[in-house]
Amino acid sequence: MKESIVFWQQLINGLALGSSYSLVAMGYTLVFGVLYVLNMAHGDVLMITAYVGWFLVSYFKVGFFTALIGAMLSGFILGMILERVAIRPLFRSPKYTHISPLISTIGVAIFLQNLAMLLFTPDQQRYPTTVKAVFYQVGPLIISSVQILMLVIAAVLMIALKLSISYTSLGRAIRATAERPVTASYLGVNVSRVLTFTVAISSALGAAAGVLLGVAFGGISPLIGFNYGMKGLIVLIIGGLGSIEGAMIGGIMLGVLEIFTVGYLSSAYRDAIAFAVLFLVLMIRPNGLFGESPKT
Amino acid sequence: MLKVENLEVNYGHVRAIKGISFEVHAGEIVTLIGANGAGKSTILRAIMGILRAAAGRIELADAGPIHHLAAHKVARMGIAMVAEGREILSKMTVEENMRMGAFTRNDSNVNADMDRLFRRFPVLGERRHQLGGTLSGGEQQMLAIARALMSRPKLLLMDEPSLGLAPKIISEVFQIILEINQDGTTILLVEQNARKALQVAQRGYVLETGMISLADTCANLMKSEKVVQAYLGG
Repeated sequence: MKESIVFWQQLINGLALGSSYSLVAMGYTLVFGVLYVLNMAHGDVLMITAYVGWFLVSYFKVGFFTALIGAMLSGFILGMILERVAIRPLFRSPKYTHISPLISTIGVAIFLQNLAMLLFTPDQQRYPTTVKAVFYQVGPLIISSVQILMLVIAAVLMIALKLSISYTSLGRAIRATAERPVTASYLGVNVSRVLTFTVAISSALGAAAGVLLGVAFGGISPLIGFNYGMKGLIVLIIGGLGSIEGAMIGGIMLGVLEIFTVGYLSSAYRDAIAFAVLFLVLMIRPNGLFGESPKT
Repeated sequence: MLKVENLEVNYGHVRAIKGISFEVHAGEIVTLIGANGAGKSTILRAIMGILRAAAGRIELADAGPIHHLAAHKVARMGIAMVAEGREILSKMTVEENMRMGAFTRNDSNVNADMDRLFRRFPVLGERRHQLGGTLSGGEQQMLAIARALMSRPKLLLMDEPSLGLAPKIISEVFQIILEINQDGTTILLVEQNARKALQVAQRGYVLETGMISLADTCANLMKSEKVVQAYLGG
């Protein structure tokens, strides 16, 4: 196969994978930007909701889109519960530091991971691909229906989110809450509802990523939360904490680099490349590619 | 319009407001003057629902008691605030700040109101699509006022609008306050600049360490020896 064809083929694979990483990072960056909380449970929420999708297909025999929406709905609800139970109560404490919700959400992550191991065994299971695997030929390149689905769904969700945040009343309310919650409140914004909604939406995005990644790799296990959660966190830092553009571009970047590393170097370095990029970014541009300048 | 009875507000263990009562009638400008730390801002924040009253009542005409309501609910009752230090949303544009001012409204006149305010404050109109953080202090004060007016409030709370502004801009701001009132908005004004405040308001209360020490028409307060000595430079 010609070298350039391999290159473009790997690029397509990388873009598809990267689009899911962008979705995961989007969830992190939303919660960080509005609540100033690093939601360490995000990866395991992704995992649990991916299992919800798996469950819907395996037992209720629903189609792909129904399972996706069902998983996203479960993510939304789980995110609401997460915010109310593990994050909000901490804000009332007079000794509040940013470490508190970090630890609290780690606790939720451990809980969810162990819950999944109890319910589904720690082994990897086949993720039902309800999507017919059709392969399309575009010139010398091949793209599969699954990859198209990944790219389109991730793009639609991320563009919808970006447009909502920029142009809708709710989006303005979220931005106002992120910058000055007290001001937002006397302008009429129900700040606690905005905070809950933000975590809920973030978790719904994670759920979508979980289902897409499950379908893409054909497998699911209770440990994917840790893996994808970690990669999503790395994308968050690479892109810049709180930056939506950073999450989008960083995710694509990591996906492409990961696929290229596997293709041109060795699959042994698949997960390591993420950390290598993280190290590089922290050395050269610690606030992330699209990061804000350090707050005083 | 607004009745405050025996209001007490604490900052932690410190009793900042020790039981004050006052009234604001519809169509008035009432001012609270006093030195730094006397508790003036605290009163406005308690009315707005940003701070919780430890005791006492705050009643709004046609709405009843509001002292237990959260800020977003107080906003929906028709009270708008121009906060100390402006509190502009600096990462949002001038226009977006204005739209946030109308957040509690869902009628169709929002755009018309915004255009009218941009004509009233041409500087804001020029900077319509600029980020709030790029405006000067005086421009931000105008934006804070315009933003508050976007909700067509029954009562406007103004917290130290002259703070940090050049004297010429201060005069402009107080002219605006007068005009807003003439258009029909009731205003409760808290100010350290006692001279300007007493010139623009009809009635005033003097606040000293959390308690009201004097209450009278502004005309009389300006003549009171105590006020002249303590707040008007002798």
